[in-house]
Amino acid sequence: MSADPVIALKNITKIFGNNPQAALAMLKQGCSKEEVQAQSNQVVGLHDVSLSVNEGEIFVVMGLSGSGKSTLIRHVNRLIDPTSGAIEVNGRDVLSMNMEELREFRRNDVAMVFQNFGLLPHRSVLENVAYGLEIRGLGKSIRHERAREWISTVGLEGYEMSRPHELSGGQKQRVGLARALAMDSDVLLMDEAFSALDPLIRSGMQTQLLSLQKKLRKTIFFITHDFDEAIRIGDRVAVLKDGEVMQVGRPEDIVLRPANEYVVDFVRDVNRARVIRVGAIMDSSQTQHCDVAVQNTATCEDVLPLFAKYDWVGVKDSEGRRVGIISVKIVVAALARHH
Amino acid sequence: MFPEIFETRPLRIWIDDGLEWIVINWGDGFEAGAYPLLLLLNSIQKFLLSVPWWLVILVLAIAAFAATRRMTLPIIVVVSLILVGVMELWEDAIKTMALMIAATMTTIFFALPLGIAMSRSRILQRVVAPVLDLMQTLPSFVYLIPVVMVFGPGKVPALIATIVYAAPPLIRLTDLGIRLVDKETMEAAQAFGATPRQKLFGVQIPLALPTILAGVNQTTMMALAMLVIDSMIGAGGLDYQVLQGIGRLEVSRGLFAGLGIVVLAIIFDRITQGFGKRLQERIGLSGQNQ
Repeated sequence: MSADPVIALKNITKIFGNNPQAALAMLKQGCSKEEVQAQSNQVVGLHDVSLSVNEGEIFVVMGLSGSGKSTLIRHVNRLIDPTSGAIEVNGRDVLSMNMEELREFRRNDVAMVFQNFGLLPHRSVLENVAYGLEIRGLGKSIRHERAREWISTVGLEGYEMSRPHELSGGQKQRVGLARALAMDSDVLLMDEAFSALDPLIRSGMQTQLLSLQKKLRKTIFFITHDFDEAIRIGDRVAVLKDGEVMQVGRPEDIVLRPANEYVVDFVRDVNRARVIRVGAIMDSSQTQHCDVAVQNTATCEDVLPLFAKYDWVGVKDSEGRRVGIISVKIVVAALARHH
Repeated sequence: MFPEIFETRPLRIWIDDGLEWIVINWGDGFEAGAYPLLLLLNSIQKFLLSVPWWLVILVLAIAAFAATRRMTLPIIVVVSLILVGVMELWEDAIKTMALMIAATMTTIFFALPLGIAMSRSRILQRVVAPVLDLMQTLPSFVYLIPVVMVFGPGKVPALIATIVYAAPPLIRLTDLGIRLVDKETMEAAQAFGATPRQKLFGVQIPLALPTILAGVNQTTMMALAMLVIDSMIGAGGLDYQVLQGIGRLEVSRGLFAGLGIVVLAIIFDRITQGFGKRLQERIGLSGQNQ
């Protein structure tokens, strides 16, 4: 965690309207967003949002529609300019770039996946996946070769020559994902990438993303309106409401310690057994030897079958050291906690 | 009676004299400027008349098949064009075809860039849109007369009048087609760092092409419709036969030539429409969206 964040959004405020500076001044004086909107007719999209995303993590921004999450993700590659604030990606100040530098940055440093895929309907799957490389100016044979590799990585072999409209939603988004991955950039922006898909397909895509991420270790900025999706795939999650960050933390932090009533509402319906990891709730005062031990990254659901036989089991860290124990009581208490 | 608020006679005289002055002083310049247009028209006409008649029919039949992938339209093309020939209207039909093709080509040349420019600039769109309305609603005789005065009677004023009449739908549909390109697809191109040029040629024009082709279809049809009026200022072709038929009260002459025009209209309408549809299916836009 000591390393610099890959994506740093600092005090981002975005105001939509014809006179954002006036509205910004009002916000600085401490007016609420409602007051600003009523008096100046400007809409506050984001208010003082600061987030940092570390290398190799999946950072999920979860928010309902109108929360400003799609606006937020578009700030990272400056599809939208903030009214005030600073944006750094890989240590570079994105806002100070001129148009050519910005295009260069988009071509090399950030790739994006869109909710409704954003594919080019007049091109084949192969040419769609190769699109970013084509923009970058790569030769045809190289970009097609790379595109083919990514098409097979996402499991679309045989569809190279199909056109987008011949594919199902899940397949289309695989094309979108392959197109972004083919860019080989460190940062991946995913704007509600799985939201347009059926639940079963969505869960399959989530699994695929997680298994790909194990190999690729990209820095992924993921936007969703689905809290379950957020806690399933996120290494860290930020909850956004009306353009403001409610809480940032690891999924189990949010589930165990929701910061306010708004977050509690989301947490209530979550299957806690699947989210809470034993490392977060274990009794670390006891490290005595035992026959059975689980990883501290295991979820409560994982240890439940063991409790059919044992009252408690040991917990070890990734290097196999004993770090605590987990008992039936602790698990039940964690699962039963209601607000 | 509507009261006279101020005298309008000086204004009229000023306009009439102004036009006369332009004709006297710049007439030659205008004629020279329009020479490429005449050259284009004449070379198309010469070429179409120099190739054997069956080759023209064959090429059109192949185009008809390529556009529709069915035998119906090619058969209609062959049969109806042979009938046109049998009626001794082949040369006139070719002249009409040449006029239409020249008018359409010139219109595309001007309308496409203008439509693209309109789609990128709200101000330009606001300025051009009412001009297009004017071009479409102003009775064509109103501008036909000054055009004839400037260029002299013949094919060139006919072509210019046709272009004025036939260009608006293509300009409008080019503008519309580009504006309708899926926003997210455009955003994706931008997110991948596409330059404005790469966006225009790689995304906007290909995706707007079915709409643009609908505009070309409209343009060819309007050009054909305009040719009857053009025949009065010496455009020649089938429409001149129609005009003569009216003048001599020879119903048969007017009827056969008129049917010849219908034949050309059907052929070119169906071929351009067929290509548009195929393009749409290829893109998967037949149901709109995505």
